[in-house]
Amino acid sequence: MKPRTGAAVTLAGCGKTFADGTRALAPLDLSVAAGETLVLLGPSGCGKTTLLRIIAGLESPDAGGRVLFDGADVTALPIEKRNVGMVFQSYALFPNMNVRENVAYGLRVRGVGKAERSRLADEVLEMMRIDALAERRITQLSGGQRQRVALARALAVRPKAILLDEPMAALDAALREHLRGEIDALLRRLSITAVYVTHDQAEALALGDRIVVMREGEIAQVGTPREVYERPADAFVASFVGTTNRLEGTVRGGRFACAAGTMALDAPDMPKAALLFRPEAARLVLDPPAGLVLKVEQVQFQGARQKVTLCTPDSVRVVVETPPDLEIAPGMLMGLALDPNRFSLV
Amino acid sequence: MIPHRLTFVLQLLVTLACAAFLLVPALASMLAGVTANYFQGLRSGLTLRWIGEVLALYSGTIGLSIAIALGTLGVTLVLGVPAAWALARKPSRLSRLVEEVVTLPVAIPGLALALALILAYGGFRAFRMSPLFILVGHVLYTLPFMLRAVMAVLAAVDVKALEEGAASLGASPLQRFFHVVVPNAKGGILAGALMVVTLSIGEFNLTWMLHTPLTKTLPVGLADSYASMRLEIASAYTLIFFVLIVPLLVALQMFGRALPAAPAKGGRP
Repeated sequence: MKPRTGAAVTLAGCGKTFADGTRALAPLDLSVAAGETLVLLGPSGCGKTTLLRIIAGLESPDAGGRVLFDGADVTALPIEKRNVGMVFQSYALFPNMNVRENVAYGLRVRGVGKAERSRLADEVLEMMRIDALAERRITQLSGGQRQRVALARALAVRPKAILLDEPMAALDAALREHLRGEIDALLRRLSITAVYVTHDQAEALALGDRIVVMREGEIAQVGTPREVYERPADAFVASFVGTTNRLEGTVRGGRFACAAGTMALDAPDMPKAALLFRPEAARLVLDPPAGLVLKVEQVQFQGARQKVTLCTPDSVRVVVETPPDLEIAPGMLMGLALDPNRFSLV
Repeated sequence: MIPHRLTFVLQLLVTLACAAFLLVPALASMLAGVTANYFQGLRSGLTLRWIGEVLALYSGTIGLSIAIALGTLGVTLVLGVPAAWALARKPSRLSRLVEEVVTLPVAIPGLALALALILAYGGFRAFRMSPLFILVGHVLYTLPFMLRAVMAVLAAVDVKALEEGAASLGASPLQRFFHVVVPNAKGGILAGALMVVTLSIGEFNLTWMLHTPLTKTLPVGLADSYASMRLEIASAYTLIFFVLIVPLLVALQMFGRALPAAPAKGGRP
């Protein structure tokens, strides 16, 4: 199949309040560039699926909200006229059709002849390396196979964008990791616009060109996986994506001060500040000079690295991952050195 | 060993006695229908004469019952399947209310339902005189059975998700209904259809109130023959009714057993 590019998707002022009065989504603006993979990440109930369904046309935004595909307003169009491909959490494969008929269904309702649509469906099945399953009934497929068929079915109509709603939630961890790589390679090869909903941060970091972290119907942060991981916008993002350490203190005269000591940094004075950093963004130093000094509580040797849990004088725990060459034992006092660009201050 | 054996024999005897208690009257009745003279017993010989007389006297009622059953089936399919789809795709307080209202005729005695129909529409003479009047009663009475059977299957296959899947691929509401909803509700539709036909053919309560001398159905004719014909004819009539209804009941039974497993296993062969 030839590479192709999807449409740019723009949301303007899209909010959603359900009939019973619950607000699922605060009015928000968001744009997805053509060919980009955007991941909507957040805990359940954060509005990410509602947002996806608004893009798909399965929900309409509250009055005033607009959805644009390549600049054209599609807000009033129902899903069947938007030409999007959708992969559902339950896959929604038709049990009354075999795999090939499922994949060819979008072409069937578009009036493509039987021979032609079978040929096109087989092409997509081959691309997904599931051509051997063409004659199978849906009930004879494993979870991973169903997931591939659902993706093939959504791609067969050459959609303007592909929308994936937690497509791997029903699969076991090992299969998820394997398919993650496959989906990533496929989306990149087709360079199709994709919006991917997940609550799994590892999936989001691996797949997204950009990640939108959501909380309670609002966008908490938009950024590349690296930005979101290394410079979380707030404590929620930091805690939701990966392990985060948090030291609370003050900033005065270019120095951060907390119970563990002080550290120079470039920031205006703050009467209340929290220093957020990842376990691998810090180094431990023996024979600490003045600075941040913590007491080692526990050391877990993990082969390629070791995970050290430390404790401040006011009993705040900090986890640091270091190379295993440093011999560290519980009870030792260690200096904490942060990489200058890999922490955030909130 | 012996007490065990004794228990088994006793249990078997009790079971057989119970079965015989229930079966003997039915068998006796059917046998009476082919006995030359019931009061002389089987010694008088077997004959098909009574069956022939029933067919000569009452074939119209048999034909009408079959016609009404098929008509009722047609109407419940056309009304019930789309209605079940509409109720299943958007479960709300309103849809539950609709479901309850539609189910009401099952709880109301057939006679009361018939009286209500006569009070409301009895004045339309041509309608009152035609078999359509009975058909309307049968539709009212059987629709909930079709509705429930189809709704149960639609809920089991998660029709809402399937429909969204079809819609995302570009299918219009009509295409979704015929390509996805109906094929996946096939089990429920078939079970509902068998139920509707069986109930309609055997319905007496309502029909007895609604019929006219020219619109007698099989069960009404049956009551008529019990009251005014010799016993052998009434029995032969019963025999014919059994021949019509038993295959339907067997099919229903087989289907009822296969059905709950169907959604879990997915497709039928």
